[in-house]
Amino acid sequence: MSASTNSDGLPRWATLALLPAINLGAALVVSSLVILAIGQDPVSALAFMVKGAVGSGTGLSYTLYYATSLIFTGLAVAIANHAGLFNIGGEGQAYVGGLGTGLVCLALSGWPWYAVLPVAVLAGALFGAVWGLVPGYLQAYRGSHIVITTIMFNFLASALMVYLLGGPLIEHGQMAPESREFAESTFLPAVKEIAAALGYRTPTLPLNLSLILALLCAGGVWFLIWHTRWGFQMRTVGANEAAARYAGMNARTTIVVAMAISGALAGLVGINELQGVQHRITLNFQAGMGFTGIAVALMGRGHPVGIVLSSLLFGALYQGGAELSFEYNEISPRLVVVIQGVVILFSGALEHMFRPALLRLLKPKAPAAAGQRA
Amino acid sequence: MDDTALWIVSLLASTVRLATPLVLAALAGFYSERAGVVDIGLEGKMLTGAFAAAATATATGSPWAGLAAAIAASLVLALVHGFACITHRGDQVVAGVAINTIAAGLTAVLANAWFDLGGRTPSLDGTQRFLGLHFPLTDALRGVPLLGRLYGEVVGGQNLLVYLAVLAVPLTSWVAYRTRFGLRLRAVGENPAAVDTAGISVPWLRYRAVLITGALCGVAGAYLSIAQGAGFQENMTAGKGYLALAALILGKWRPYPTLAGCLLFAATDALQARLQGVALPVVGAVPVQIIEVLPYILTVLLLAGFVGKSIPPKAAGQAYVKDR
Repeated sequence: MSASTNSDGLPRWATLALLPAINLGAALVVSSLVILAIGQDPVSALAFMVKGAVGSGTGLSYTLYYATSLIFTGLAVAIANHAGLFNIGGEGQAYVGGLGTGLVCLALSGWPWYAVLPVAVLAGALFGAVWGLVPGYLQAYRGSHIVITTIMFNFLASALMVYLLGGPLIEHGQMAPESREFAESTFLPAVKEIAAALGYRTPTLPLNLSLILALLCAGGVWFLIWHTRWGFQMRTVGANEAAARYAGMNARTTIVVAMAISGALAGLVGINELQGVQHRITLNFQAGMGFTGIAVALMGRGHPVGIVLSSLLFGALYQGGAELSFEYNEISPRLVVVIQGVVILFSGALEHMFRPALLRLLKPKAPAAAGQRA
Repeated sequence: MDDTALWIVSLLASTVRLATPLVLAALAGFYSERAGVVDIGLEGKMLTGAFAAAATATATGSPWAGLAAAIAASLVLALVHGFACITHRGDQVVAGVAINTIAAGLTAVLANAWFDLGGRTPSLDGTQRFLGLHFPLTDALRGVPLLGRLYGEVVGGQNLLVYLAVLAVPLTSWVAYRTRFGLRLRAVGENPAAVDTAGISVPWLRYRAVLITGALCGVAGAYLSIAQGAGFQENMTAGKGYLALAALILGKWRPYPTLAGCLLFAATDALQARLQGVALPVVGAVPVQIIEVLPYILTVLLLAGFVGKSIPPKAAGQAYVKDR
């Protein structure tokens, strides 16, 4: 395999840019049909979405805020994928990770945010890692299927949080299932504070410092996967577990480590959502971000750069969809979920549909090449 | 004493009602998975069926039209699953996730647009739903202690789809173990190459399995929205598709043990609702969440081989590539 083509001979640029573009195009066609079906004009609706997502400073900051969480969960899904594991448990890992972050913020009230942040990141990553590591262990050492186990762990996470927020963690004297508010000193600086420090005035917006953390994670994942021994092991195990074992790698440990890192990344959603925005532990704060991470990772083709870009796209869809549903009563914000599903279908399950067609189109000499291979 | 009898009868009746969608969906999963096509998408197909049933029953006033629409809508998604996994050899789990995601979004968007009730469909009245059937002699036997009530409220008094689910279990067992189609179905899930060698089309066999799965999921969805419930709500399946899958695993991919798994899960669910805040002997009041998560913990332990061992069909999850 040369650096510029994939094993089947499709040029790299086509794999990295053209295929995702085709997938996105297909998703847009399907969502346009849905908008048509409910009697609206898809062109103006989509234009309104784009304007809502990136047409104003406020819109853009919401887009980036959603993208922050999606970078974490997208990286989580991708790193597990590199090790050949399909982690559907990002949702639960994000939820439990947020518990770790939240507990730290509650415990360290009075500490300045920059002292709380490292501890909160560690706790979030640790809690998320445990929630990913257990299914990883069960897959590697007990042979249970990672997909089913992580689905079950999503339900377990949800029940655990409902129990904790309904009882032990509930704010005294309140009915709503959420913890008390963190101390103000622990809040992560958001756009408003950062702008104020630089002498500008902005409204209160959710975008906060955790975007930097997310980008650092993306860089870290890139380094880990392509420039370390561990990353090489993960990719080898993902490509061919038997071969990895034969080469003397410990495939089981690799699987457990990959799932732990995956869970840790998902566990950082709480830094953005809780320490950054909600400032308390709330029910379902992760709100589907873990599931959307699957679409993000597939669309980004498992590469951190692709994941950051597709996070921006999905962040824009979330924000644009929310704006759209304010303007058009008939269009539910759940339209984004449809688009997400179609992206998963086309870029994940149907990836083999467009590829041969593209191959024929881009490689006119395909018959000769096939002849050589045979 | 009569209170205890009443409590037991109501618990059993509620268990039967809660088990029905699980049985239908788990049997749906049985066909697909025994044919070697993993189906995470039971949840999405049920949800779509539930919406189609409620929307159609609202529009036409007929529960039968609702049921037909549910089956049709679920079949469409089953075809998408087959197209991705059988024809294009895509990843079966990813395809299932895609179907669940599309279903969750699409039903919410369409319900919101068509009915403008914030993601619900209008409440259905009695003529638009499958209501409980009144068995003969119910009133005459009411006086018989325990048995009279059992006959009237657990055995009888359920809606048509409950009896359909009950019948589907022996029928599935017969199809799978006593017919030629069943033999081939099980073979294609274990060793598709052997089936292919015998001159039988692997894709066509798998497509038929996936379509049966779709039809049963549609019935399960219709049960939720136009039999047990009286309308569609956003995400009304609430994980039942996954729970059905867990029951199938618990039942080691066999019809009768799967039925037992569904009944067990339904019973924990029914019990959970009744034990809210009740102090139990010895342990005191238990958080309901502990009872609620029992099915999930059991599934995890079982898959990991800590309590018995559940081994999936050998070829499940793998696309079949025909060699020349």
